[in-house]
Amino acid sequence: MMIAPAITPASELTISPRLAKNVRRNFTERVIEFILMLAALSAVATTFAIVAILLYESLGFFKTVSVWEFFTAKEWTPLFEDAHYGIAPLVAGTLTTSAIALLVAVPIGTIAAIYMSEFASYKTREIVKPILELLVGVPTVVFGYFALLFVTPLLQKVIPDLQGFNMLGAGIVMGIMIVPYIASVAEDAMRAVPMNMREGSYAMGATRFQTAIRVVTPAAISGIVAAYILAISRAVGETMVVAVAAGQQPNLTFNPMESAATITAYIVQVAMGDLPHGSIGYQSIFAAGLVLMVMTLSFNIIGHIVRKKYREQY
Amino acid sequence: MDQVSHVTKAESRNLNFYYSNGAHALKGINMPLYENKITALIGPSGCGKSTFLRCFNRMHDLYPGNRYDGQIVMHPDNTNILADGVDPIEVRMRISMVFQKPNPFPKSIYENVAYGLRVRGGKNKKVIDDKVEQALRGAALWDEVKDRLNDLAFNLSGGQQQRLCIARALATDPEIMLFDEPTSALDPIATASIEELMTELRNKLTILVVTHNMQQAARVSDYTAYMYLGDLVEFSKTDDIFIKPKDKRTEDYITGRIG
Repeated sequence: MMIAPAITPASELTISPRLAKNVRRNFTERVIEFILMLAALSAVATTFAIVAILLYESLGFFKTVSVWEFFTAKEWTPLFEDAHYGIAPLVAGTLTTSAIALLVAVPIGTIAAIYMSEFASYKTREIVKPILELLVGVPTVVFGYFALLFVTPLLQKVIPDLQGFNMLGAGIVMGIMIVPYIASVAEDAMRAVPMNMREGSYAMGATRFQTAIRVVTPAAISGIVAAYILAISRAVGETMVVAVAAGQQPNLTFNPMESAATITAYIVQVAMGDLPHGSIGYQSIFAAGLVLMVMTLSFNIIGHIVRKKYREQY
Repeated sequence: MDQVSHVTKAESRNLNFYYSNGAHALKGINMPLYENKITALIGPSGCGKSTFLRCFNRMHDLYPGNRYDGQIVMHPDNTNILADGVDPIEVRMRISMVFQKPNPFPKSIYENVAYGLRVRGGKNKKVIDDKVEQALRGAALWDEVKDRLNDLAFNLSGGQQQRLCIARALATDPEIMLFDEPTSALDPIATASIEELMTELRNKLTILVVTHNMQQAARVSDYTAYMYLGDLVEFSKTDDIFIKPKDKRTEDYITGRIG
């Protein structure tokens, strides 16, 4: 309907036939613009649809379970006879595994980025970077079994009373899985630092290492922080590794030696069973999903603020 | 000025330079740098003047495949700074550089100036404080920034940033300072202040400056070298080169017939 005025017949115009062509061109432009807008809208619409469904189904959940109980109860057993609906155990599991993953991924990923951007020769980088990025292509379920059947037994040799399912092994493997994300994004940020800033540092008699740490890293800090935020979101939202290797018992603990379920592990566990549509167990997925979304969203917002604060100004 | 009073601070001897792509950018350059004098390098784009300048602090070492052939000898110790055994970092500690575009580091004003001292292992706060103040005074920036030394350097204007870069280069007491078209990104007022600064700095150290601007060369330098296609065409006192150039090519350039 917005398009209508543009298709005034050329004959009604008093100017010249050449302009009649303009009318048709304007019309085409509008149509193209509309199609492009539709494509952009589809992503936005999907997001809104997800939020709407999460909110709608959670609303049903919160009719049965009070918000107070949801946030304060210490047990999460929605599928048992004696049902409890405290999200805390799932949040604890999510935070613990994510923290372990970040403890592994942030240092390794950052160092790898510094190495690739500042130290590796062109040839080395051309070999190392694709290999590192290959890690991204490994299905996460493979990482899950890698954690369960390789890393955990290895850890048990060091820590004998480590449980078969535990957050430590799952977190470490999740961290390894995230390394390429951090390394790749942080490296791009560091390589984007203009050469004249590096030359300035070298001209002052700085070594490569001093230049990398004191000049390039602070100059790229906003991109590096972006990499960390991406990593946090990945860790919090990661499903298969924790579902396979961390156990699926909701357990209010921050002890990495124990098994626990994360929000995502719970969702996948329940979603794979056959729950009747509209039951409380079914609705609990959406309540848990809502919490997950709020968590990742707040990390993203924090990240956005931090990025703005440390924006590059060269 | 008679020739005898001029002490040679450094000289290039039959210097050839090849870029990694094989381009022969400098062809047998022989040229002295006189102590406490400003020497200007002029010539059309691509003549090798920046390439020549960047040999003096071994900047070309940062990119693989570049090759020097010949010598740049520094006096009074007679070291060939291009020799294989000489550490480029040591060279850069004696010869500092100011770039075409102001390139302050993403740090405070204070930390920018202290950078050279810190990479040399300077820890004593009192010493660094003094050096930073001295350097900022030397670069005629102290009065403008003394109340906001902890501000980010990017908040300064372009001309102030360039003076900060000069202060940064000064802080480590270099013997020679290289300027690579230091005013080409600045407005006329900032340019005038940088030029004035250069003439003052001449009392402390030796200056080599690349410039695209012939008036600038005429204004600030004591000696001028005209380069063309990798050759040093003419080197002499600035007054001589601008009033009575010996070489036809120099004359064509300074009268605006080429370049």
